[in-house]
Amino acid sequence: MIHGVQIDMLSSDRLGRMTSMEKIRLILDDVRQGYIVVLEKGLTPEEQGKLLETTMMEISPDGFSGIEIETYPSSKNSEGGLLSKLFGGKTQSGRLMVIGPVEQLKLLAREKDRLIAWASAAQ
Amino acid sequence: MPVMMRIRGFFSKLFGKRRSRVGIYGPPNAGKTTLANRIVRDVTGEAIGPVSEVPHETRRARRKEGVEINGGGSKLRIDIVDTPGVTTKIDYHEFLEYGMDQDEAVARAREATEGVAEAMHWLREDIDGVVYVLDSTQDPFMHVNIMMVGIIESRKLPVIIVANKIDLPDAAPQRIKSAFPQHPIVMVSGLEGNNMDDLYARITEVFR
Ligand SMILES: Nc1nc2c(ncn2[C@@H]2O[C@H](COP(=O)(O)OP(=O)(O)OP(=O)(O)O)[C@@H](O)[C@H]2O)c(=O)[nH]1
Ligand SMILES: [Mg+2]
Repeated sequence: MIHGVQIDMLSSDRLGRMTSMEKIRLILDDVRQGYIVVLEKGLTPEEQGKLLETTMMEISPDGFSGIEIETYPSSKNSEGGLLSKLFGGKTQSGRLMVIGPVEQLKLLAREKDRLIAWASAAQ
Repeated sequence: MPVMMRIRGFFSKLFGKRRSRVGIYGPPNAGKTTLANRIVRDVTGEAIGPVSEVPHETRRARRKEGVEINGGGSKLRIDIVDTPGVTTKIDYHEFLEYGMDQDEAVARAREATEGVAEAMHWLREDIDGVVYVLDSTQDPFMHVNIMMVGIIESRKLPVIIVANKIDLPDAAPQRIKSAFPQHPIVMVSGLEGNNMDDLYARITEVFR
């Protein structure tokens, strides 16, 4: 029997049609089944905050210990250029984002333009 | 938005501005409470809360009202809110390593999850400015920092980044500076009290 890990890759088109809560629910349902979720276009800071709060509500001893999230550290968007100042936070759309169960997804190295992560199958 | 802010500014000048509530945020164990205690103690002689090497020592936000900050020749009265460390994961097994028993560790983990949610709530509703505290010996690019600074930016809250624990030999505060070039950075040791005057000068300037 092969021990593997399921990876759910969501395109920005698909994500663009979903509400914030739909995205958060999908991510957490996937992660709680031991899947790794890859988002072509990451969540906004507000959505990440909501994901974090929902995660906190669902943590339970020996059940679910939370999530690992990784994305590239700095994007031109987050540096808040003139355009993003003019149009408020609206232009902030995240970059590629990887989310997984904390027991299964480990970040090995983080560079400005490269992330190296290790994923293992659910126990 | 700018028009609204100008109107709000006008009214607050007319009716006397509410004191700014400044939240001390950051990942668990960064030294938030140690720093908050130092600021509050310098002014009032009292502490804001207990400190521990065990993460998630602060599990409820605590506010100290009307703390007068003297810095760079000017004064500012603010409320200081010490908040629980924010993270995306909490595993009670971590606390067992500090010698807690199972029940204590499970209870601490549960309170810690509530604490994180509470910190996020304060940020959404009740905070006017943020002091974001980072341990200079740790990687500043940890996702939770990128996320929190992103949230703070998207809410247009004024922020000071504190590179803390510069007394430690492996402190690398320059790394923090390069991670957040868009924000003012102050390098301090909350434990030893180094450079606190720089922080006070920034506070009176940024949160006015
Ligand atoms: N060397 C050194 N240690 C520090 C400094 N500030 C805090 N510490 C230590 O770091 C540990 C955590 O400090 P706290 O102030 O409890 O950290 P916190 O950010 O409030 O932590 P939580 O409330 O758990 O999120 C304690 O052991 C402190 O003594 C510092 O400037 N230098
Ligand atoms: Mg604390």
